[in-house]
Amino acid sequence: MSLWVNSVIALVVKDVRCELRTRYGLNALVLFAIITLVVVGLTAGQELLSPSMHASLIWIIILFSSMQALASSFIREEESRTAQTLRVFAAPSVVFVGKLVFSILLLAFLLVILIPLYIVLMDVSPQSLLRFVLCMALGSFGLASATTIIAAMVSKATVKGALFAVLSFPLLLPVLLPSIAATEIAFKGGDEMWGYLKVLIAYPIVVITLSFLLFEYVWNE
Amino acid sequence: MEKIDRNRVTLEVDGITHRYGVRRVLTNIGFDCQSGESICITGHNGSGKSTLLKIIAGLLRPIKGDIRLSIAGQDIDSESHRKHIRLVSPEAELYDDLTGIENLEFLTRVSGMKMSHTQIESYLDRVGLHNRGNDMYGAYSSGMKQRLKLAAATITRPELLLLDEPTSNLDDDGRKVVYEIMDQHKADGILIFATNENDEVSLGGRIVTLG
Repeated sequence: MSLWVNSVIALVVKDVRCELRTRYGLNALVLFAIITLVVVGLTAGQELLSPSMHASLIWIIILFSSMQALASSFIREEESRTAQTLRVFAAPSVVFVGKLVFSILLLAFLLVILIPLYIVLMDVSPQSLLRFVLCMALGSFGLASATTIIAAMVSKATVKGALFAVLSFPLLLPVLLPSIAATEIAFKGGDEMWGYLKVLIAYPIVVITLSFLLFEYVWNE
Repeated sequence: MEKIDRNRVTLEVDGITHRYGVRRVLTNIGFDCQSGESICITGHNGSGKSTLLKIIAGLLRPIKGDIRLSIAGQDIDSESHRKHIRLVSPEAELYDDLTGIENLEFLTRVSGMKMSHTQIESYLDRVGLHNRGNDMYGAYSSGMKQRLKLAAATITRPELLLLDEPTSNLDDDGRKVVYEIMDQHKADGILIFATNENDEVSLGGRIVTLG
């Protein structure tokens, strides 16, 4: 077990190290988030937006900023022809969990930059910061869990970007809708958040379990 | 990794048939070998040499046939073949954004082994890259890349070593290093390599000609 954990850590460290050296995904993530946020701030920043509008906007920014970066970890392995090396050296379960952890780290990085900027630029403050952060964290975890297996699936295709977006959409709706609803409640206050949080907790458990079972086939075929 | 008796490794390649689309590349290929043996796979371009190596490595599922690996009399299930087989192929690259040492450290750790910095450096010495371990793999020449791939494949001491065109891109010194490693591996493991170089074919104890 400890060897397996060590292998996962080695893969995450390798991905982080390569990412910090090339900024392949990080640049796209941060630039897209800031550009979108500035555009939203310039066009809607003067308006008094409803909590539901704020919740929708912040999740739209997170979704579109993260798409390319989340897809990149597997695509880069295929394009640089290192995927075959990884298949020979690493167990499929190690690859899946390592890439999932890397996606979670990328989204955590995005949230650390995006949330304070959004609050300042849009001049909005959630009723409960703790609940707001919880919604963001759980929603992003769901996003990472679904996109990891999709990224592995599309990495061998010719039109990777378009296919990733098309395949992701139906799989991400069940996590996006409760994320937006829970974030809206975090902005306006209220007690009915728990129902949405339950969905946000259950969704990644189901998706990760299924992905874990399917990954070996997706990765090796 | 568990301690195993490297003297009792056997590989059976049984009736392997494979095709890409409608084009059949391998038809009923079979052979067996055991520790201390080496097999040279030869054949014209497109005859399926690389495909056969990929099938043995578990990277490709044949449409028919079976690969059986047994160690110390115990059959290894196909999911566990990966732990005992390493493949050096022009299609399998290492990481451009890592140094030579970082590549070897990563590959040993991700395959579940722990190796000291000194051990890794000794492998770099072995393939003639002793002063270049801290250079980025992306900055290596094609010959140096081939040497590092060979170090990566042998550092985990696999029971079965598969080499696809092992001396491609190598100068005379590089070829000598590869031949030494092949000789060393033959002594206690199984070596299977694919080549079209006439002077290398004789390095195989047995020759399997495809196509």
